[in-house]
Amino acid sequence: MGKLDLPAEVSASAYNLPDTTGHFGPYGGTFVAETLIAALDELRDTYESLKDEPAFRAEFEYELKHYVGRPSPIFHARRLSEAAGGAQIYLKREDLNHTGAHKINNVIGQAMVAKHMGKPRVIAETGAGQHGVATATIAARLGMECVVYMGSEDVKRQAANVYRMKLLGATVVPVECGSKTLKDALNEAMRDWVTNVANTFYIIGTVAGPHPYPMMVRDFQSVIGEECKWQMPEMIGRQPDAVIACVGGGSNAMGIFYPYIPYPDVRLIGVEAAGHGISTGMHSASLCAGRPGVLHGNRTYLLQDENGQIIETHSVSAGLDYPGVGPEHAWLKDCGRAEYVAIDDEEALAAFHKTCRMEGIIPALESSHAVAYAMKMAAGMSKDAVLLVNLSGRGDKDMHTVAEKSGIKF
Amino acid sequence: MSRITQTLSALDAAGRKALIPFVTAGDPDLSVTVPLMHTLVEAGADIIELGVPFSDPMADGPTIQRASERALLKKVSLRQVIAAVAEFRTRNTTTPVVLMGYANPIEAMGVDAFADAASSAGADGVLVVDYPPEESREFARVVRAAGLDVIFLLAPTSTDARIRAVGEIGSGYIYYVSLKGVTGAGHIDIDAVSKRIPLIRDMVGLPVGVGFGVRDGASAKALASVADAVVIGSRIIEEIENSPADEILPRVKTLLSGIRAAMDSVEVAA
Repeated sequence: MGKLDLPAEVSASAYNLPDTTGHFGPYGGTFVAETLIAALDELRDTYESLKDEPAFRAEFEYELKHYVGRPSPIFHARRLSEAAGGAQIYLKREDLNHTGAHKINNVIGQAMVAKHMGKPRVIAETGAGQHGVATATIAARLGMECVVYMGSEDVKRQAANVYRMKLLGATVVPVECGSKTLKDALNEAMRDWVTNVANTFYIIGTVAGPHPYPMMVRDFQSVIGEECKWQMPEMIGRQPDAVIACVGGGSNAMGIFYPYIPYPDVRLIGVEAAGHGISTGMHSASLCAGRPGVLHGNRTYLLQDENGQIIETHSVSAGLDYPGVGPEHAWLKDCGRAEYVAIDDEEALAAFHKTCRMEGIIPALESSHAVAYAMKMAAGMSKDAVLLVNLSGRGDKDMHTVAEKSGIKF
Repeated sequence: MSRITQTLSALDAAGRKALIPFVTAGDPDLSVTVPLMHTLVEAGADIIELGVPFSDPMADGPTIQRASERALLKKVSLRQVIAAVAEFRTRNTTTPVVLMGYANPIEAMGVDAFADAASSAGADGVLVVDYPPEESREFARVVRAAGLDVIFLLAPTSTDARIRAVGEIGSGYIYYVSLKGVTGAGHIDIDAVSKRIPLIRDMVGLPVGVGFGVRDGASAKALASVADAVVIGSRIIEEIENSPADEILPRVKTLLSGIRAAMDSVEVAA
């Protein structure tokens, strides 16, 4: 099934995906029950009419500058580079955004679409809580009602973020179904949406879900890569040799990759979570170890058993703990434009500590996967080579997890 | 003519409405499924929708999700569900069985293998909740070539263009979702349903069954007065959930017989 007759080699300058029906080659699409189709059609039409509208663009850029604090700087991590012993590592500092991660870029865009559609209520799913916090933040800022669905396991693991959302006025609903984690929160948010679609906008936090979400979230996040495209020449006189980003659902990676797709000399490298190791089966590496299927409204690579049931995932970083991945990553993998690798829990934790000690930056555990791979890769390269890492979030939220791993109790 | 079309035509000719219960295969255990299917027929079922358990049933409410979870605890697979249909067919060759579920277990098995196996087992139709018509033309072609009907959902929000698209590739009957939301939710607006159904029937040329929100004899009777078939799912699953193992069959039989009797008390205009 699907459009497998597309050329394997994608011509960079001609890259124009998704197609009008939301497909990236055989991936993506709109795999939802009929009850959701009208809402998705309305969203697609609204987004298409808004996205290039000057007033909408201007408001989005204003919010990114004055509320989020963009552009985020790029920082030359000299001591990490020296320790790696090869290529120069640069960090795109999304951790410095308001709310502490890249998530806010997309949430502002979607909340503006919601406002335009006259929907007074926004809902969101969250795993670690970063997307939930970002959504609660914007809902407070715009005076909207906000309900966040979160697996009951994650509610326990991320108590501080749950409290943060409540401080911001959101209602957090613990989800008791299934594995009680991110994927179940997403199922529950979809159910809320289909029931309350007349007054509710569903703010999806990653480049997954049915069309137009993967495209819309990518577009809002692509501000990351667009900035890098002028910042890197300013700093080093050229573009980097590779751009490296962690991939759970894949929104920070799409945000930094997308503007670089037409630059054939820039390698794009996505880093998945290998958890306890790919061979143990306890990981979240959908692209490295999964196979295509249909989940959450799109066709993409999934972690599933031989009967097509979605299996539980593992990663030390809750934000990468998801059994699917955005469909555009599936396509970029198949057509060879991007490469996907995996970093396990131990390697990510080691990179976390190194970044703290050597650069005075506490990275999110998610982003630590990208740093870990960059250090590994840098070791085999010349000192003139440049690796640009998307430091997608800060690690304050991970204090508890890291302390526990080190045997420390607060 | 397919077994589904034969069944629905015969009912129509007799001035009766079809009763279509939904149960999840393997809930609470695979050994219950085939006896339960026979019980449904004894209680007045005309067609059986047999749910294929899935780990992420996004369009279902908590009741049907729990049924899926109970079945998956027993590792019930699509192949085992198809085998249950084959076992049911050894004693019943007249009641159509529709497999209802989500795309991923079917894609994991392979669409061709699934169509062959389901058809050989004696299944009659397939309803894949997350395959809207625009994503399932090829699937519908393969499955219909194997002799199975492809049943699609329509909703109150479906546009005329979409209803026609479903008419082009669907067969058997239409499953009209009577309310916004997921399975097992709220109350039905009979007035709104009664206005929509004749339009859909005209555009698609298939009988229309209505579901999502049927709780009892009264709601079934009200829907039977305007639709060709009434689908009832979550309420039956609640009965299974709340019954001790040895009382599941008699309790489901009492529940469904009551609904059948209420539906049959509908005055059908000549």
